[in-house]
Amino acid sequence: MDGNIKSKWDELIQPGLVHGSLYYDEAIFKEEVEKIWFRTWVYIGHESEIPNKNDFVTKSIGPMPVLMVRDSNGDIQLLLNRCPHRGNAVCVQEKGNRARFTCPYHSWTFSNTGDLINYAFPEGYKGTDKSQLGLGKVTRVTNYRGFIFGSMAAEGPTLEEHLGGAKRCLDQLCDNSPTGEIEISAGFLQHRTRANWKFILENECDGYHPAFVHSSIFSVSDSAIGDLYGNEAVAVTRSFGYGHVEVDPRPEFRRRDAPLSWFGTTAERLPDYVKQMEENYGPDRARQIMIDGTPHTMIFPNLFIAEIQIFVIQPVSANESIQHSTAIQFKGAPDINRRLRQQTMGSVGPAGFLLADDTEMYERNQRGLEIRQPEYLYLKRGEHRERRDEDGYLIAHSTDDMPSREIWKHYRQMMEAK
Amino acid sequence: MNDAAEIAGPDILKEWVGQPRVYEKSFNPELYHEVQQFIFREARLQDIHDYDAWEALWTDDALYWVPANGTDTDPERQMSLIYDNRSRIALRIRQLKTGRRHSQTPPSQLARVISNFEFLKSDSDDIRVMCNAQIFETNLRGDTMWASRNEYTLRRVEGELKIAYKKVVLINNNKAIYTLSFLV
Repeated sequence: MDGNIKSKWDELIQPGLVHGSLYYDEAIFKEEVEKIWFRTWVYIGHESEIPNKNDFVTKSIGPMPVLMVRDSNGDIQLLLNRCPHRGNAVCVQEKGNRARFTCPYHSWTFSNTGDLINYAFPEGYKGTDKSQLGLGKVTRVTNYRGFIFGSMAAEGPTLEEHLGGAKRCLDQLCDNSPTGEIEISAGFLQHRTRANWKFILENECDGYHPAFVHSSIFSVSDSAIGDLYGNEAVAVTRSFGYGHVEVDPRPEFRRRDAPLSWFGTTAERLPDYVKQMEENYGPDRARQIMIDGTPHTMIFPNLFIAEIQIFVIQPVSANESIQHSTAIQFKGAPDINRRLRQQTMGSVGPAGFLLADDTEMYERNQRGLEIRQPEYLYLKRGEHRERRDEDGYLIAHSTDDMPSREIWKHYRQMMEAK
Repeated sequence: MNDAAEIAGPDILKEWVGQPRVYEKSFNPELYHEVQQFIFREARLQDIHDYDAWEALWTDDALYWVPANGTDTDPERQMSLIYDNRSRIALRIRQLKTGRRHSQTPPSQLARVISNFEFLKSDSDDIRVMCNAQIFETNLRGDTMWASRNEYTLRRVEGELKIAYKKVVLINNNKAIYTLSFLV
């Protein structure tokens, strides 16, 4: 300690060290909900999940449910599922199609733009301004290439400012679709874990663990994932700021110089997809896209793009979280989509060859923190070999702790803000 | 996990998905007893993690399906918790046998109760049967209760019953559930 302690955050988050209580303290969790989840841009869902007018699906901002709705005009609304009258839920279905939501308690009825249409026995509300009694809404909503983000804060950076350099990753993902569009259409696996959400957040770009946590599946399958995270790997980790981090395996894929190597397959095995890509992007650009593959990027605080699937991290309490995962689908590319689903189903979710074991680690970490010494977690791996790339972003070896350090730096800024 | 891509669209599903179940009204006590004993044995092999013996129960064209978000979903469109063809069943077993499948190291301690057997009408020699399962699991995390409605297609191969198809519909498969890495 240097004697200049200004806040509890100076003590809890130090260079390369974070205090264990950040993962289990319920008071800190409540503070995170206010200062992170209800302030920053949070990924809500993808527009393809509600393709038709009046479609809706239940999503969340932190522990708070949000209805993502395509209203009767075709616009996307993020409505809060709480009747303004007494707080009842106006919708208890997870998803469906309806133009109106009626609260079952006193029959207040709302349009799917959130406006109050009518209430029962209206003579009791003489002179009442219905326009003041609509459903709550997520304050700001922005759609970037089909990805819907919401922020409960009226002010703050725009979504594009917030995404910054990580926007490239969403572009890179969409570019792998021959139509430039992805779809989230296969439904989600919901994996509950008795662990703090930040263990999940940090794990997504932790390239140190795969060789050990996933050695069981690497040793019995011909997966090439392990090569990306070895001691000799040329893949790098990168920080975009704002807590967004990625593992960038493109140096390895460019070395291999083989289209679809990133996906463990070859151009010959997906002829329709390759043809579509070449038609839409031209042969050279298509080849480069298919060599580079899709990103491995954690967009703070809750959207993880894991090459072929997305994960949405939902905090429930300090000690409980849900990982929502599903296969990414490329619009109009059925041959690759089937493989994307099959590989995703094998890898993720409660029974997945990979994620069952990651999740086991989160839970053991969480229980480990019941042991109160040493007080701090140690995140200094690779401090000496951090460097800047040509764009000025911090990069490090794919097995280094730099992504975690960068997440915590941003976390601390958000938590210190008034 | 490149075998992932090699799962062929299962013909066997086409007669199951989206169709109403037609229950068998006639009762054959010998067959009932044989099938029940077979499924009890499968349950025991799962409970005690006898992976090789369990894997040997499957036919070569087997399908092992644990849907998510419903009962009669389309596994060729929708995510499932498990959608294993025979080679992926084998991969699942190989992973468990490494001893480094951390979510099963140490293995879950399990006891399951199987009940409510009902036979379905079958147009072939295959035996189609449904039953309920309740599984008590205790592991490092704690205690978990699982419940499912299971559907089987059993086939006699060289005199022995084998599993050609097993579908496990977890009752809470539309909710967030804990890790499920034991054989369900």
